Amino acid sequence: MDIIVCVKRVPFTQEVDLEIDKSGKSIVTDGLAYVINDWDGYAVEEAILLKERIGGNVIAVTVGSEDDEEVLRRALAMGADRAIRIDTCGRSLDGLVVAKAVAAAIKGFPLDLVLTGVQADDDNQAVVGIMLAEIMGLSHAAVVRGIEPEEGSLKVRVELEGGIDEIRQVKLPALLTIQSGINEPRYVSVMGIRKAAKKELKVIGIDELGLSEADLALATEIEEVYLPPETGGAEMLSGDPSKLARAVIEIMRRKGVAV
Amino acid sequence: MDFELNKKQKDIQKAAREFAQGELKDIARDCDLNETFPPELIRKAGELGFLGAFIPEQYGGAGLGFLEHAIILEEFWKVDPGLGQQLCSTTFGSEEFILFGTEEQKQKYLPPLASGEAMMGFAITEPDAGSDTSSASTSAQETEHGYIMNGSKTMIGNGTVGRYLVVFALSDPDNESRAQRHSIFVVETDTPGYEATRLHGKMGLRASDTASIFFSGLKLPKEALIGTRGKGFYQLMQFFDRSRAYVAAHGVGLAQGAMDLAIKHVKGRVQFGRKIASFQATQFKIAEMATRIELARTLTHKACSLLDKGKSDSKVTSMAKMNAARTAVEVVDEALQLHGGYGYFNDQDVERFYRAAKVLELYEGAKEIEKIIIGRHVLGRY
Repeated sequence: MDIIVCVKRVPFTQEVDLEIDKSGKSIVTDGLAYVINDWDGYAVEEAILLKERIGGNVIAVTVGSEDDEEVLRRALAMGADRAIRIDTCGRSLDGLVVAKAVAAAIKGFPLDLVLTGVQADDDNQAVVGIMLAEIMGLSHAAVVRGIEPEEGSLKVRVELEGGIDEIRQVKLPALLTIQSGINEPRYVSVMGIRKAAKKELKVIGIDELGLSEADLALATEIEEVYLPPETGGAEMLSGDPSKLARAVIEIMRRKGVAV
Repeated sequence: MDFELNKKQKDIQKAAREFAQGELKDIARDCDLNETFPPELIRKAGELGFLGAFIPEQYGGAGLGFLEHAIILEEFWKVDPGLGQQLCSTTFGSEEFILFGTEEQKQKYLPPLASGEAMMGFAITEPDAGSDTSSASTSAQETEHGYIMNGSKTMIGNGTVGRYLVVFALSDPDNESRAQRHSIFVVETDTPGYEATRLHGKMGLRASDTASIFFSGLKLPKEALIGTRGKGFYQLMQFFDRSRAYVAAHGVGLAQGAMDLAIKHVKGRVQFGRKIASFQATQFKIAEMATRIELARTLTHKACSLLDKGKSDSKVTSMAKMNAARTAVEVVDEALQLHGGYGYFNDQDVERFYRAAKVLELYEGAKEIEKIIIGRHVLGRY
């Protein structure tokens, strides 16, 4: 099975007090640590599990700068066969342009399956995967939390609202956006890192992909980024822990949480 | 001069960080309280190449250097010193095989260490021979078929869980030179005459195994000798020139971990109506901690880089270890101070880090020994 897996490097923002930068359209990134987008880690693991199970080839793709190659090397260390970085050539990109660029970069590749994360930790748009499927004319399923390969198709478990799952048959070639928790991503091993250094990591400029200026024009623009205003509504409880626990359960019941 | 890690080293650092976050963090406090560690943790770390990264590839190791080993250990110690120590200890002394071992010894003893299948230790200290290693009296008397070992060692890592140990023993008591009376032997712990008792009640690093061991008429084959008969003391010093470089990384990791805990605390704790991070007294403490850690790390990486270039330097290695250990002790003291009274309770990780720090100035050469080595190198003849 020929699999393409899309990955993104994102700032690690847990337990970090983010600051808005001077432009008011982005955050201050100095001093932030970067990691692979959580969902993408699951997508890479799923691609490698499929390869280990039924054979095939896994190519990891990212769009970004040289620093972003870190997540490609990570995918290679986990077991991907080769990697492609689409260099931004200094352009600002949005989800649609990223989807067009990836589609152009992998055009003509032997392809059975494209995996992406459901969304990225940083902008939470959750659009690249499904737009990429649309551009490439692939059947797709979003928020997938289980994959069972069958002859010429996949049986996939899709997460719906309210804790309900749906089992769906998806014809190949297909694109799936992967939900976190679908598997347990392996740790990167030192041996994997050493092997990764010998694997191909190809860089293509976004300007070399044959896309027109119209294709590369932004469809969305960030006007403002702001921190959510502090609001009231928090109810402070105090007292004896056993009574507190009861009070918390009572509130949860009242708000409709099944307890 | 390049002060930046290369891509591969950065990737290894991240991989070790993820492993430590995923596998050490949640079990650290219980392991400390119960004086235990899960054996499968060693296996997992071995499979991923995190144990003894300096062991050459042809003997099952990652084939990297002491710098990579130090980078991995810093990440482990940052999350938990006790488990970090246990993960470091399993290959402790394997340098003797690499530097002085025969091909047979290397093939037999190194691969199980790298894979995490076996653990080892280095038995040096005796009840009456601590810093004064050349007073070691555990004897290895030559016989027709090999050696007979008698005596005892104390405070030995992996004494009860190791599959084998390398042992510093008195083989030539009559040699005129105190530095030429000892040899180093490999002892398999299932040999009759080997007995080990786990030591309890350590102040810190309680997850790691430490034991007293006894040799009573333990028979060793001739092939148990590592390197040259009578050169044990020199071989031991060459080991310390390496181990102290990565033990320095223990201190760097502990200090960084302690400062990270303090930062988290001061950004959350409100007193006098403001975050305590906003007080200049706090900022000065953090600034000093961060600077000391940066210096300790730089010197540690320098010592390790020199070793990896084949330029073993006792002075720099001793400086790195002494300085990193002092940094750890002082930084963790301030980190606990910033936690206030909460830091005195064991539900705060900083309490565990505080107890762990002091041993860094005691083991792998007390700081006074390192000062002697540095002083001797700097002053030369007088």
